Amino acid sequence: MTHRPIHELTEAYRRGDLTPTAAAEDYLARIGALDGKIGAYLTVVRDQALAAARESEARWSAGSPRGPLDGAPIAVKDVLCTAGVRTTCGSKMLERFVPPYDATTVERLRAAGAVILGKTNLDEFAMGSSTEHSAYHPTRNPWDLTRVPGGSSGGSAAAVAGGLAAGAYGSDTGGSIRQPAAFCGVVGMKPTYGRVSRYGLVALASSLDQIGPFAQDVTDAAHLLAAVAGHDPLDATSIEAPVPDYAAELPKGVAGLTLGMPDEYFPDGMDPEVERAVRAAIDVLKGLGAKIERVSLPTTPHALAAYYVILPAEASSNLARYDGVKYGLRVAGRDLIDMESRTRSAGFGAEVKRRIMLGTYVLSAGYYDAYYGKAQSVRTLVRREFAAAFAKVDLIVAPTTPNVPFKHGEKQDPLSMYLNDVFTIPGNLSGIPGVSVPCGFSAAGLPIGLQVLGRPLDEARVLRAAYAYEQATSWRSRRPELT
Amino acid sequence: MALATPGADVSAAAPKYETVIGLEVHAQLLTRSKMFCGCPTTFGARPNTQTCPVCLGMPGSLPVVNRRAVEFGIRTALAFGCRINDACRFARKHYYYPDMPKNYQISQYEEPLAENGALEIEAEGGTRTIGIQRLHLEEDVGKLLHEGTLETAQASLVDFNRSGVPLMETVSRPELRSPEEAATYLKAFRAVLIFLGVCDGNMEEGSLRCDANISIRPHGSTTLGTKVEIKNLNSFRNVQRALEFEERRQAQALDAGERIVQETRLWEADRGYTRSMRSKEFAHDYRYFPEPDLVPLQIDRRWVEEIKGSLPELPRAWRRRAVAQYGLPPYDAEVLTQSRALVDYYEAALHEWSPAAGAGAERPKILSNWIMSELLRVLPGDDERAIGASPIPPARLVGLLQLIENATISGKIAKDVFQKMFDTGDDARTIVERDGLTQVADEGALGQVIESVMAANPKAIEDYRRGKKEAKGALVGQVMKATRGKANPALVNRLLEDKLSQT
Repeated sequence: MTHRPIHELTEAYRRGDLTPTAAAEDYLARIGALDGKIGAYLTVVRDQALAAARESEARWSAGSPRGPLDGAPIAVKDVLCTAGVRTTCGSKMLERFVPPYDATTVERLRAAGAVILGKTNLDEFAMGSSTEHSAYHPTRNPWDLTRVPGGSSGGSAAAVAGGLAAGAYGSDTGGSIRQPAAFCGVVGMKPTYGRVSRYGLVALASSLDQIGPFAQDVTDAAHLLAAVAGHDPLDATSIEAPVPDYAAELPKGVAGLTLGMPDEYFPDGMDPEVERAVRAAIDVLKGLGAKIERVSLPTTPHALAAYYVILPAEASSNLARYDGVKYGLRVAGRDLIDMESRTRSAGFGAEVKRRIMLGTYVLSAGYYDAYYGKAQSVRTLVRREFAAAFAKVDLIVAPTTPNVPFKHGEKQDPLSMYLNDVFTIPGNLSGIPGVSVPCGFSAAGLPIGLQVLGRPLDEARVLRAAYAYEQATSWRSRRPELT
Repeated sequence: MALATPGADVSAAAPKYETVIGLEVHAQLLTRSKMFCGCPTTFGARPNTQTCPVCLGMPGSLPVVNRRAVEFGIRTALAFGCRINDACRFARKHYYYPDMPKNYQISQYEEPLAENGALEIEAEGGTRTIGIQRLHLEEDVGKLLHEGTLETAQASLVDFNRSGVPLMETVSRPELRSPEEAATYLKAFRAVLIFLGVCDGNMEEGSLRCDANISIRPHGSTTLGTKVEIKNLNSFRNVQRALEFEERRQAQALDAGERIVQETRLWEADRGYTRSMRSKEFAHDYRYFPEPDLVPLQIDRRWVEEIKGSLPELPRAWRRRAVAQYGLPPYDAEVLTQSRALVDYYEAALHEWSPAAGAGAERPKILSNWIMSELLRVLPGDDERAIGASPIPPARLVGLLQLIENATISGKIAKDVFQKMFDTGDDARTIVERDGLTQVADEGALGQVIESVMAANPKAIEDYRRGKKEAKGALVGQVMKATRGKANPALVNRLLEDKLSQT
């Protein structure tokens, strides 16, 4: 049952073949048996999960479930605040931080009847693309335990791929949902910036962060997104627009849609297996009636550089609050400044410190215009290029990543790690929605992802294309073998 | 650090140098909730009882702009004739301090709410217009409580109740030319905020705080001298004293051939001097950048027009009207406009006393005299709280003044009655009757009534002097009538006989 998508589980609840409690118990048992190998979770909330499952069970047996997520056993990335449950962000800094409040996403999930199993692992403060840089333990790719699951939401991706959660949520700042989804062979969606409230999401880079789901299939992704999308008065950047019935839109197909293939997303030297799989996937979409057109997004090579100015700038500011004064870690010192400096030295890992220093530098007097100002100009160009492309095409199709999952410890140089996000970062800089859907495997059996990008707030069409592709292929029937 | 000689003559600096002062005023806005969250803003609550994840800077929390605070900012900007920017933006200002939970303050930087206004002040030698450079909104920080003194404290506690309270910062142009003028500006500024109802103006509780920038330069020079920022100026008097000290210190330094260091100095009110806090070399690099958690504010013109339409009469306009219409001396008008509540009190009393136009030309001045010398003497303050709680509301004060006006009691006795009214909460008539003050036992007051009666009845006097003794009875009757029967008849008879016998 642990590899059945949520819509099949709830169908079984409806028929009375299965109860939410039994499903939750199964998942918890599987976590107990397998998570030692995968390391997807940082915290498992067994008792809370079972209590929520029993409540869900009562609703199902009374014939009044709350909707398509009632009783769904899911996991959330440990950057989403959960009232009364520690929220570590994968950092020693917040090892004992217990938020007094739920993130809006968590609140909406509870209201939808979802059963939260636990909090998943991530690169510290969501900085990374491999989930090797959690302060607690690395997460392993269920398809090959010697390889990384991607990151920073690697725990959520691995949980869904490994059958340790029926669905999950992550956050995507530069590809942190789509890249691990591609690496783990699951569906992962980054919605339009502002589509899902960020209230209660511990910020990495506020202007780029967006919460989104991981799912076993596109139908689940549609339900998981719909449950948390929509305006939130607590997030001034959340968009006031109605939330479409994404699931209802899925069967509309791609016939008549124009899909753009950006030249810059198929550069020389990319992994030939990835290129082959993605081109084949685009051919499938063509066969389903979509029109394919070449488009150009010439600023793409500069997007990465701009991103690594904007992100550290915002991150250095967002992380300034961790000073040992109010919550989280405190290391005693001679005086206030000594205490703060010891606390931050001990509490943050190397990558976090690197980005704080970068960000502090680029915002400094005399450097601001040259770095932050320039990066914002690049960002504007990236946004304009997408807008121009979307004037001609309905969606953009491209690889999610330039390569297949790499080995643990393989990328020691930060720059080579950063390059992993080269195809996902432009989506964050421009704020547009994107999904990664499994589109095949390498010869070594490693998953490959197809990325579909759309116009702002056009999640329905993005999911529609992903669904059409998914229904025309059978990749989702393959599961990693874990024992 | 050059310390000025204690007791040096303040005016000594005047002939040689010109002083240039600009004020930055921070005003806590009278909104019910905080700048970026729904927490209450009540002053004096138990520490850390008015907080939430947002104003505690908890991970994951996000700010949302308080519309009322923006409205108050616009109200104030309109009162100063500022240009309201169509779009403005919040920015993060970074520095580490434990009373600031995020270690950055959400403020405004390159795109403030409003710019380019002015405040007219009554200075020595007439009206002066002081430019207001900008007006922006930001959030207040928490408060540190040290165990013992800052230097010896083993631990410090943080109270975040104030964290996130809306602050409005207004920066004047460096157009003030003396410490006295700076104090006058601050008083006039405070009065405007109070009239607008956007700030309670309480400097002691920190609702209104002021920093000053001061430099001096040789007379006739057109370039500005090196400026020094002075902090911790929590009263009008301290603003003036600190600036006077600094003006003197800088003049002595220049006279001694020293150079002024650009720095921030702290005013030590108890010791009467400023001391260096940090020099420019150690100045913060605030690393401002646009606040990504908030979208730029688009200010709707219709909203601005609506607010403009709701602006109350401002202190300056009221003063002009009070001088022209009531004949009040400018000084009285100035004192009354230190508080909106005081002006309201004055207006209510005047209305009560003079329902008919033209009656009692001297009443406006009598009223302001009583308010300034008696009411403000007994009340703990001139703010809304103090005036509202006054045991002598406007109608009661008028009741007392009417007793003087109709000569029931003298002005001297009235002062005693006023004190009793304040102490007991009773009205004037009750006190006068209870304490037997109803009869005019005051020879002086009665004498005046008798004289006016005599002056009005020359024929009765003539009759009396011709031996028609019953004519005296008619005069007594007139006096009793004039005092509404409250004069002591025996006293009237004796006084009248005395006066009639003096020819």
